[in-house]
Amino acid sequence: MKSSATVFLAAFLALAASWGGFVLAPQIQLGRSVQTVPLGSASLYPLARPGLAQQGLQVYRANGCVYCHTQQIGQEGAQADIYLAEAGTNVAATLAAITKINPEMAKPEVLSNLPRKIVEVADMNAAEPVVRELKAGGGRVEPVIVANGPDIARGWGKRRTVAQDYLQDYPVQLGTRRVGPDLANVGMRWTDPNWHYRHLYAPASALQDSKMPPYRYLFERRRMGQVASPDALQLTGEWAPPAGYEIVPKAEARALVAYLLSLRADAPLFEAPLTPPAGNTAPTNAPAPVVNPPVAAASAQ
Amino acid sequence: MTAPAVTNRPAALAADSSTAGIDASCRLPLFMLFGGAAFWLVLGSIFGFIASLKFHKADFLADAAWLTFGRVYPASTNLLVYGFAIPVALGVALWMLARLGRVQLARPWLVTVGAKLWHIGVCVGLIAILAGEATGFEWLEMPRYAAVILLLAYLLIAVWAFSTHHARKERTLYPSQWFVLAALFWFPWIYSTATLLLQFFPVRGVTQAAIAWWYSGNLLFVWLALAGLASSFYFLPKLVGRPLQSSYLALFVFWTLILFGTWVGIPAGATLPAWMPTLSNMAAMMMVVPAAAVVLMVVQTTRGAKTACGGGPLCYMKFGTGALALSVLLLAASGLPFVNRFTDFTWFGTAKLQLWVYGFFAMTLFGAVYYILPRVAGFELPAAKAVRVHFWCGVIGTLLFALPLAIGGVLQGVKLANPDIPFTDVTKATLMFFRLGTMGELLILAGNLLFLFNIGAVLVRYYLAVCRAACADLTAPLPTAEVKP
Ligand code: HEC
Repeated sequence: MKSSATVFLAAFLALAASWGGFVLAPQIQLGRSVQTVPLGSASLYPLARPGLAQQGLQVYRANGCVYCHTQQIGQEGAQADIYLAEAGTNVAATLAAITKINPEMAKPEVLSNLPRKIVEVADMNAAEPVVRELKAGGGRVEPVIVANGPDIARGWGKRRTVAQDYLQDYPVQLGTRRVGPDLANVGMRWTDPNWHYRHLYAPASALQDSKMPPYRYLFERRRMGQVASPDALQLTGEWAPPAGYEIVPKAEARALVAYLLSLRADAPLFEAPLTPPAGNTAPTNAPAPVVNPPVAAASAQ
Repeated sequence: MTAPAVTNRPAALAADSSTAGIDASCRLPLFMLFGGAAFWLVLGSIFGFIASLKFHKADFLADAAWLTFGRVYPASTNLLVYGFAIPVALGVALWMLARLGRVQLARPWLVTVGAKLWHIGVCVGLIAILAGEATGFEWLEMPRYAAVILLLAYLLIAVWAFSTHHARKERTLYPSQWFVLAALFWFPWIYSTATLLLQFFPVRGVTQAAIAWWYSGNLLFVWLALAGLASSFYFLPKLVGRPLQSSYLALFVFWTLILFGTWVGIPAGATLPAWMPTLSNMAAMMMVVPAAAVVLMVVQTTRGAKTACGGGPLCYMKFGTGALALSVLLLAASGLPFVNRFTDFTWFGTAKLQLWVYGFFAMTLFGAVYYILPRVAGFELPAAKAVRVHFWCGVIGTLLFALPLAIGGVLQGVKLANPDIPFTDVTKATLMFFRLGTMGELLILAGNLLFLFNIGAVLVRYYLAVCRAACADLTAPLPTAEVKP
């Protein structure tokens, strides 16, 4: 190149192209996204996180959880599982239909133990004729969409994450490294705030052999009053504070745990379909109401 | 300690465009840029070392918020790039522009002010990260008040770089000048875009992530490459005493690098519209093209040359080229869908970046600094042997860090892809490799200390001589002294 002007022009063209592609284009494609109504639901998604959880997002940012945890789930595809819920009045017709669809399941004892999965097909389009056929005997048939892939199988989510899931957050911290498990749905896996407190204070006390660094500085060790505070951590063994002392979460820890509990991206969306769990008509990223040991915990570790 | 020899020349000479005059005009700004860079480099590798010790013992330094992994780790990466890479590259670029243009550096004192301002910005940003004010966007952690200082400082330096270039006496452009000019222009654009759209007027949702990845891809894979290759193409021919082979290939590298590199950086599994990671993966694979051309250029330029590298700048530059090639191979591999299924979100990416940033960029620039420093200072490096030791620390350290991590990353990915393997087993399997890498980091830290030592010694010796001359001036009975630098 003979002149500096050519150099600048070259640099300008190259950079302008990627600026248009990776800065402007996503803004055009996604910038005007608004809340949507998930499939089979009446409320909007995503709702803003509750105030405390929003503060918790800032605690998450300030302490750099993103360097070890992603918050994005991939899936390899989806399939439709077709369940027979009720055999209907014309059992013979239903059995005949099953024989045609999946001969292995065509046994009378199958019908006495419903609901049962009859067959898996590729997607909802493929499911439609199968459902029609099965209904011939007057039975009740339920196609259920499930996502596939290692992330899903690990219990990290029910479906892949999509742009819609992050609409309300700032900063959006998708992460690039999985030193720890993905946290996009951690609020569905670990629903007990006390577990989170213990895990943050002393990870190894909550999960054997944990390599996660402890966050003791988010907690306060203080002298116990007449009675233990209701929010004192239940710690045993090597993690227990000396007698007469108790460990209580500071405001940051409370906010952080509220945020972790609010992490769930499971609303069935048009772009990431999923059959909504029965009875849950309001998918939300608000904290899960139930407080019980997580079902997916075993697979999540 | 002998007094600097070259500084004892008549003041009149300093105003001309002789090599000595040009070097002298660059002296103070380069001292400022290199000195600060060396200091941040060492501090950054200390933070990095602390961060990696936490994988050996999660309890290590866990009671202070500012020493938590999520703060010392970004502190180390930011010091490496903003503290070390950018100022050192700017210093080398200024010197090359002046030398190639056969003019003195324009307004050295303003450039020095810019350099100081830059280091102040880094200091502010570092404190902010440690205090928990990081932005949450990788490679862009410094909050906006630091970003504004950095941008102003950069512009102050870049303006006088352009001005120097504009006033050049040698009108024909040498390839290194293309790379330097493009780099000077690249950074303000990407940095202001990212800072404005992520911090001042944040866009919504995952567009934030897209912009952050666009920024870090351009910073690492274009800016650092432009600055590093400008140095390679300038110093390699000089060191072996043969012309660059060839300007046409350099032009090809320039175009392909900026055309492809600018799209690199979005992880394959990113939650973004699918066309974005796909495009980015294709660009990553295309990076093989400029990398192959660079290797060809370096081989053809240095082939048959009698110069032994002896642990000096030539060694650094050759290793830099090798690391560039290796890193681009990893980058291109992770563009392939059947590879990135297993490498996405693993240590593999860390290995690739380490090879790129330290193995290629930092090593190349160390070579450049070791070449320039004695010339602008006017005397030989005080610890010339340390240059060789630093080289081997850098080589072994980089490989010992990057290779285990690359292998461990693939293993991690393969295990992650198999949901029957519990997560704790995945972690256990990769920690072994990570721990090997820590030894590499220790070696790198040692090498960096040697770098700081050499630069520090030059500065101390130079300023001592200045002081002594000033004292002599004050006490001298007659105004005969012309020893002022
Ligand atoms: C140095 C890396 C690292 C950092 C930093 C880190 N974690 Fe972890 N995290 C891990 C590892 C490893 C695990 C898996 C072992 C365990 O569960 O303790 C984990 C597990 C978790 C889990 C349990 C997930 C599950 O499904 O079992 C939660 C919740 C969590 N981390 C939250 C956080 C939060 C909040 C922060 C920031 C304050 C954080 N982590 C910072 C490494 C890290």
